[in-house]
Amino acid sequence: MTPSTLLLATMLVPLAGALLIPMFSARPNIRDAVSVITATVLFVIVCALYQQADSPASLVLAEPLSGLQIAFSVNYFGVLFALIASSLWIVTTLYAIGYMRAHHERNQTRFYTLFAIAIACVMAIAFAENLLTLFLFYEILTVGTYPLVAHAGTSEARAGARKYLLILMGSSIAFFLPAIIIVYLQAGTLSFSEAGVMAGNMESIYIAPLMLLFLLGISKAGIMPLHRWLPSAMVAPTPVSALLHAVAVVKAGVFTLLKVVLFIMGPDVIAQAINSQYLLLLPMATIILASLVAMTRDNLKERLAYSTISQLSYIVLGALMVNQAALVGATLHIAMHAFAKITLFFAAGAILVATHKTRVSELNGLAKSMPVTFMCFAIGAMSIIGIPFFGGMWSKWYLVSGAAAFEGATWLGWALSITLMLSTLLNIWYLLTIPVNAWFKTAPANEPASGEAPLPCLIAMIIPCVICIYLFFQPDIFLQLAHTIVGGDNT
Amino acid sequence: MELLTVLLVVIPLICAPITAMIADRRVAWALTLMMCLALAVISAMVLNDVTTGKVIHYELGGWKPPWGIEYVIDSLNALIAVIVAFIALITVIYGRKSAEQEIHDSQIHLFYAAFQLVILGLMGMALTGDIFNLFVFLEISSLASYALIAMGHKRQALVASFNYLIAGTLGATFFLLGIGFLYAASGTLNMADLAARFDDFASMKLVITALLFILIGLALKAAAFPLHSWLPEAYTQAPTMVTVLLASTSTKVAVYVLIRMLYQVFPQAYWEEMLLPGFLMLSGCLGMLYGSYKALCQVSIKRLLAYSSVAQLGYMIVGIGLNNEAGLTAAIVHMFNHAVTKAALFMAAGMVLMRLHTTSLDKLRGAGKTMPWTTGAFALAGLSLIGVPGTAGFISKWYLVQGALAQGNYLVAGSILGASILAIMYVWKIIETLYFDGSDKLHVHKVGSGKQIVADLPVATACCYLMVFACFYFGLYTSIPLEAAQTAVQAMMGNGGAQ
Repeated sequence: MTPSTLLLATMLVPLAGALLIPMFSARPNIRDAVSVITATVLFVIVCALYQQADSPASLVLAEPLSGLQIAFSVNYFGVLFALIASSLWIVTTLYAIGYMRAHHERNQTRFYTLFAIAIACVMAIAFAENLLTLFLFYEILTVGTYPLVAHAGTSEARAGARKYLLILMGSSIAFFLPAIIIVYLQAGTLSFSEAGVMAGNMESIYIAPLMLLFLLGISKAGIMPLHRWLPSAMVAPTPVSALLHAVAVVKAGVFTLLKVVLFIMGPDVIAQAINSQYLLLLPMATIILASLVAMTRDNLKERLAYSTISQLSYIVLGALMVNQAALVGATLHIAMHAFAKITLFFAAGAILVATHKTRVSELNGLAKSMPVTFMCFAIGAMSIIGIPFFGGMWSKWYLVSGAAAFEGATWLGWALSITLMLSTLLNIWYLLTIPVNAWFKTAPANEPASGEAPLPCLIAMIIPCVICIYLFFQPDIFLQLAHTIVGGDNT
Repeated sequence: MELLTVLLVVIPLICAPITAMIADRRVAWALTLMMCLALAVISAMVLNDVTTGKVIHYELGGWKPPWGIEYVIDSLNALIAVIVAFIALITVIYGRKSAEQEIHDSQIHLFYAAFQLVILGLMGMALTGDIFNLFVFLEISSLASYALIAMGHKRQALVASFNYLIAGTLGATFFLLGIGFLYAASGTLNMADLAARFDDFASMKLVITALLFILIGLALKAAAFPLHSWLPEAYTQAPTMVTVLLASTSTKVAVYVLIRMLYQVFPQAYWEEMLLPGFLMLSGCLGMLYGSYKALCQVSIKRLLAYSSVAQLGYMIVGIGLNNEAGLTAAIVHMFNHAVTKAALFMAAGMVLMRLHTTSLDKLRGAGKTMPWTTGAFALAGLSLIGVPGTAGFISKWYLVQGALAQGNYLVAGSILGASILAIMYVWKIIETLYFDGSDKLHVHKVGSGKQIVADLPVATACCYLMVFACFYFGLYTSIPLEAAQTAVQAMMGNGGAQ
């Protein structure tokens, strides 16, 4: 197949899945099989696209405004993001089959349908040729995932979903849209291009304010103070939290930010703008504050949500440091964090399904009855912390060397290094204590022994775990992609 | 082609009296349908002809302008004619059942006759090139709409209609006085002639008085903030068909006349140095924010949508006030896009009213389960109202924000975006009540089995979805409204007034 056919297929396959799934709503086995098959087919297609990622294939859907197209093109960064999302979609579907049935969730068909639509949006975001197309699907992703957050239909779920929608859509209209229009007015184009489109089109003093608009507008990246939607979204069923709010939606946010830094603003332009280095304070504050908040949270999923917020800001931090190593680190962290964080969410869901426990303080001694789950949790946590033998180490490595090579103010360089150091310590504290307590503390006496979660959940949990370890020894797939993506410019 | 254009006014003029004499509701409806169909076809042909930049002139009775009345059709008013004709056509197809339900059998032919007169008035306002003739059509459409609103089946409709009558008459009087002053100053009523000889009498104080009178009159008809107070009640109480037609067309035509007056009667250079652009922007911004906020406070869906109309009119007024190419394009495109969006929303609201006999949100909790199609239409058209990319609403917002930023007017840009966020909130209020609140059937009276009634409204549902489809179609393929708007803006901005 030609690359442009493949490109179209990445979006049409999940959409076709979304059409087929409701047809089998009365027969759950076939419906779930359709989900798994769609996910697998999509993964194969993305792999095929990976082989041909250097082709200049593109696809124009419409031209609503003169000179501004709804268009898609093959690009390395998109392939990287699509690879992560599509591979984890298979795993999540597998997991969801076990979880949704064991948990007796209602409206499962609606769940799987919207899931497929969300993935189609993610593919469209990954392969968007310009900022307008990206913005279009960014918004559709928000609207499409809203019912997944409100899935339970309880007043708590609705309140959470309302906050989700209002913050995500409100900030994108209030900040992201004007930022896009400013870019268009100044540069006359919105197409992603090597080294950005802003060079020579805008006075250097205005670069930082514009970048700030992007930072605030792309609130899917979870930068404080517009991060509140993510903990709110944790009312959703665990597979949603796992794929959408640890991988697809939040990664769409940081992906968009990296796209903006690399291909709209241009790393050189940002590096030369004298005041832009102070933007680093925003992700730095988010990293530390989110970690501190995470420590105070007893609800496991909420703690993981704050950990996600903190980890996302690593990526933003890497993007804003704009040197070679930091950008590679940021790109790599998208992948590494995805595999590790989804393991953690799967484990949290498994604990919920098997024991109906949601609080960290209730987990003491639980590892005796759920050894696999807590093993996986420990591996995921260590990968996020960045300990050797786990994939997360490489992205931390590049981020820290990026901080060391930082060319701005000296005090800021120090602050960067200290932030990264401190947050690693905090990570150890709030993530690793969970499995440690589960293994080594004794359970309350009157605790009934519970078994492991259903088998599909366990399998789904082990796969990303193994990938975490594999990526330490073989980070080449993502590392090469990251170098290719960033390599175009010589910062 | 010249002859065709005058048919746009002549056909309803002939049809309306005939309809009034036929006392059969089916024939009356069929006649209205045929008329709207003819208008739609002709207006589409005319628009197709003039988007190239050509201007059609038709001299009524063969009298040469400036003495005789002249019809001048360029791409701007051809677009308005298309909006009026197509919305009317779809409304008539949509509204047969609702009219039968809401209007007494003995009045229904009169209802359709008045409906046709509104269309006649709006068409005439759009097409004429003579300001006194414009006033006559304005009165025709207004008088007919007072009657139509009064036919609403609640008694409050009479009060709403009366309020509209007072406000509308005030507006018309202001407008007429303005025209009178202008005539006294210039001795002509022809728009092109006025514009061409404007410098001769521009220094007279009378001219600026005329401008202000005309502006206030039009602002009242267009329901521009703070002269909007008649609109919410009128839209809420009017029969469904009338609400759909008026909400989508009548205020837009008033805004069109405002644009025509400001750019092709009074030269741009005459008023842009005054406070006027700033004042228009202020009025528009306040209208946007106030209308959106009030919409958020409403319980009745119809009134909520009516306040949202006040807000959306604010967008158009701001577009005019920005006084640059992007702003004016936005104002014109938004007329088109908002007509489509609001028609879809009011049609959905009308179906709710027909089936559940209420549009009050506190009685519609969980209605999404029994009326999936109607509420689906709400959700989809609501996205366009918010201005989510990919919908028609986004296109106009894009140009509007671009216009504001190009002028460096961050306050206006901020107000537009703030109003959009309020729009998310009020659209969401509807969606959440319809979909996620637990249903309580107890409050809903006179409801048969929900599913059976929706089966009775396939035509209305189809019409509603046609408009919903249009919301998305014109968000992706924008050539029709955009080309017309751009041609018009170039004509107006390009040569400073003369036609």
